[in-house]
Amino acid sequence: MDVAGIHVTPNLLVFGGIATVAALSAVGVVVFNNAVRSALCLVINFFLLAFLYFTLNCEMLGITQIVVYTGAIMVLFLFVIMLLNLGAPQALNEKWDPKRPIGILLGVMLFGLVSAQVFPGLMSVQATELSPALSTFGSPQALGRTLFSSYVFPFEAVSILLLIGIVGSILLAKRRI
Amino acid sequence: MLGVPLVAYLSLGLFMFSVGVVGVVVRRNPIVIFMCIELMLNSVNLTFLTFARFHSSVNPQTGLAAPSMMAGQMMVIFVMAVAAAEVAVGLGIIMAIFRLRHTVDIDEMNLLKG
Repeated sequence: MDVAGIHVTPNLLVFGGIATVAALSAVGVVVFNNAVRSALCLVINFFLLAFLYFTLNCEMLGITQIVVYTGAIMVLFLFVIMLLNLGAPQALNEKWDPKRPIGILLGVMLFGLVSAQVFPGLMSVQATELSPALSTFGSPQALGRTLFSSYVFPFEAVSILLLIGIVGSILLAKRRI
Repeated sequence: MLGVPLVAYLSLGLFMFSVGVVGVVVRRNPIVIFMCIELMLNSVNLTFLTFARFHSSVNPQTGLAAPSMMAGQMMVIFVMAVAAAEVAVGLGIIMAIFRLRHTVDIDEMNLLKG
């Protein structure tokens, strides 16, 4: 079935549904005045992104996305919102200022500029069927083999970064800084 | 997913990135600004994985996925680790500022203004 020159497949319809809800929830993060609602929109967005990772054959990273982002990072966000009591919309009365239309104009211009420059050359690129050797490229085995062979040094650097992050957040949480 | 063009994934990633940029510019609540930064990081992750999947090629020596196919996934792992560290420290800074000033309005934080 062809609609406006695009070959519509069932896969494309599924992708369209997921992408539409993900885009709407991304907009919801920005437009909601209440920080808790923004956080819940972000949870929906991250969850749907994990499904998009599954459609790209990256199973391991999809699971990681759900565990790390919707599990850990968003809980951290909600905790801080609760601690600072920012849930009430009147806590931070964001009144109208000229920054708002300028920012929206900037975003539209960014989208238009990048899409006009990048997309025309990639219009006809379609996914090819993965060969059996390639179909497991997102599996934990393939990921671990690469991570602990070619990427050992960045892996160790990230471990130091996370250690510094732990020490820094404990230091910042102390009563007197 | 077969039947979905590359441009569809890329335009979703670009849209989410633009929304994140608008949020960082427009909003004054630092926690929402942090969420918008997470949104941008995730849209970049989606773009990395899209290119990794669409650039399917075999390593002639091992017969497994080529390094160019794994590189995108490796970047996503590191971006996730950096994002986790960034959120932990950033939210700690917001908490410290709130204890000090009793407000989190980003427009009133002008201590470093020259």
